[in-house]
Amino acid sequence: MTVEAYTVDGDLMTLNMGPHHPSTHGVLRLVLEVDGEVVVSCRPDLGYLHRSIEKIGEFLEYPQFVPYTDRVDYVCAMNSNHAYCLAVEQLLGSVAGSEVKIPERAEWLRILFAELNRISSHLVAVGAFAMDMGAFTPFLHGIGLRELVNDIFEKTCGARLTYNYITIGGVAADLHAGAEAEILAFCDTCEREMVRFNRLITANSIFKGRLAGVAAVSAADAVSYGLVGPNLRASGVDFDLRRDEPYGFYSRVQFEVPVGGAFAGARGRVGDSYDRFVLRCIEILESVRIVRQCLEQMPKSAAKADDPVGGWQVDANKQLRKPPRGEVYCRVENPRGETGYHVVSDGSRKPYRIKIRTGSFTAMSIFEKLVPGLMISDVVAVIGSFDIVVPEIDR
Amino acid sequence: MAECGSKAGNRDGEQLALTCVDDFLNWGKENSLFYLLFATACCGIELMQTGGPRFDTDRLGMIPRPTPRQADLMILAGTITHKMASRAHLLWKQMAEPRWVVSMGSCANAGGPFSKYSYSVLNGMDKFLPVDVYIPGCPPRPEALIDGCMALRERVRRFRALGIRDRDPVVIASASPAPVCGDQGFKPQRPEGQG
Ligand code: SF4
Repeated sequence: MTVEAYTVDGDLMTLNMGPHHPSTHGVLRLVLEVDGEVVVSCRPDLGYLHRSIEKIGEFLEYPQFVPYTDRVDYVCAMNSNHAYCLAVEQLLGSVAGSEVKIPERAEWLRILFAELNRISSHLVAVGAFAMDMGAFTPFLHGIGLRELVNDIFEKTCGARLTYNYITIGGVAADLHAGAEAEILAFCDTCEREMVRFNRLITANSIFKGRLAGVAAVSAADAVSYGLVGPNLRASGVDFDLRRDEPYGFYSRVQFEVPVGGAFAGARGRVGDSYDRFVLRCIEILESVRIVRQCLEQMPKSAAKADDPVGGWQVDANKQLRKPPRGEVYCRVENPRGETGYHVVSDGSRKPYRIKIRTGSFTAMSIFEKLVPGLMISDVVAVIGSFDIVVPEIDR
Repeated sequence: MAECGSKAGNRDGEQLALTCVDDFLNWGKENSLFYLLFATACCGIELMQTGGPRFDTDRLGMIPRPTPRQADLMILAGTITHKMASRAHLLWKQMAEPRWVVSMGSCANAGGPFSKYSYSVLNGMDKFLPVDVYIPGCPPRPEALIDGCMALRERVRRFRALGIRDRDPVVIASASPAPVCGDQGFKPQRPEGQG
């Protein structure tokens, strides 16, 4: 709730929120100046999880950095892998005649897994947000459903969280036997469970009333602060890299891009916390649609028996290919919005510089403007609704 | 309660059980290990999933608590950076004794994938906290975490609050140095007069 016509009087108290706070989703520290219950200013303090991943990239060869991209955004590791691998593939292919050829099945597998990971990431996002707002049960629903995605991932690539699955030039492994049926079964379960989930929390009038109109971001602000992904679309800006700048095989699948529209009813405003929540629920179902289409359109068996899903890019002497000098910026649509990898090559085996642009960082930068005037308990709603993941901020 | 040998008797219809005080206390402690909801990085997601419906740590009496003052157990889930170390240590100090520490994942154990090249990651939180159980993995599976917790329960059972701590003194507060950031560099600072 915004307090209208509020004037600061009396002493201000400095309140430390974090770095250990259950609702900051990691180790983010917000230094709040409060007057009673109302926040007067908010200053984020970063770096509690700065693991110098970008610097580590300069010490490692190109393929060795892929596991670290898992750790940049561990809630949707596949998507991070995808962004980095696309960037290096562009770099490798920047000289004519040396384009990286990715097997068709691998391309389908990439977006299949990227979308499955988007589902599992959004499930954590909406579940954890509901938990921050005091509703614990939806969180358990989200986590329970996420386990099913993890099962599929685990059988195919061997890991539950940090996959290292999408490689430069393809993917690491073909689907395990019986995966198609499992994924289709998951799609059914997911759609069924989302109906229950929405009945449980999204349509809950207490939840709606709690979030309606809280921390609304106008479209102009969203653009000028560089918000991306669901946070941007909740403010009514219709932009999705998967549709507007398709990479991979996204141009071959049909899906809707939802935008915010004051879903909370009379008190709701476009771009408020409730819109951001609802948008993620809708995107889960859209991703299920994409997953189904991937399974339909994927070539049933691999085209070439010896190289079904691509793999590391090697030259004639079985040495890893070195990219030419140059730089690329490659961006993909992550669950948390645009993630870009800027890779600079000096022609050696190791990248000269890797810069990662992440959605959480810009989402966090708007707090300073958004939070003043809100109640302390609404700060939790702001953090949760933007779905920030701290290692994406600190890297 | 078998260690000291317990006797059950019946006196005028009342049930009596004889046991050692320590055994009795430990029986209570090991069945209600409330853990601090402390997650710094990727391992935190696995910690979350372990608390979720499939693995369900609640059935072991392990319930997440948001504040250190209500927690018995600190699960270090994730990377501890230099900046975070002193805060993690503070959280540990705020927990009431007896307190336990489980180090989950390679990062908290030894720096994990960041130990070699990173300039900002602490190579193992055991430099500052007395760690009871180490769980390897990047991230460890929920089964591994539960296994670690069962190992910890074993340890809790051997804890002697009243008797002589003859085996493995578990929590030695004074021997664990506090991290100090800043110009001293990032070195364990032991209290005066201690090795
Ligand atoms: S051990 Fe691995 S999964 Fe766990 S926090 Fe470290 S990098 Fe992340």
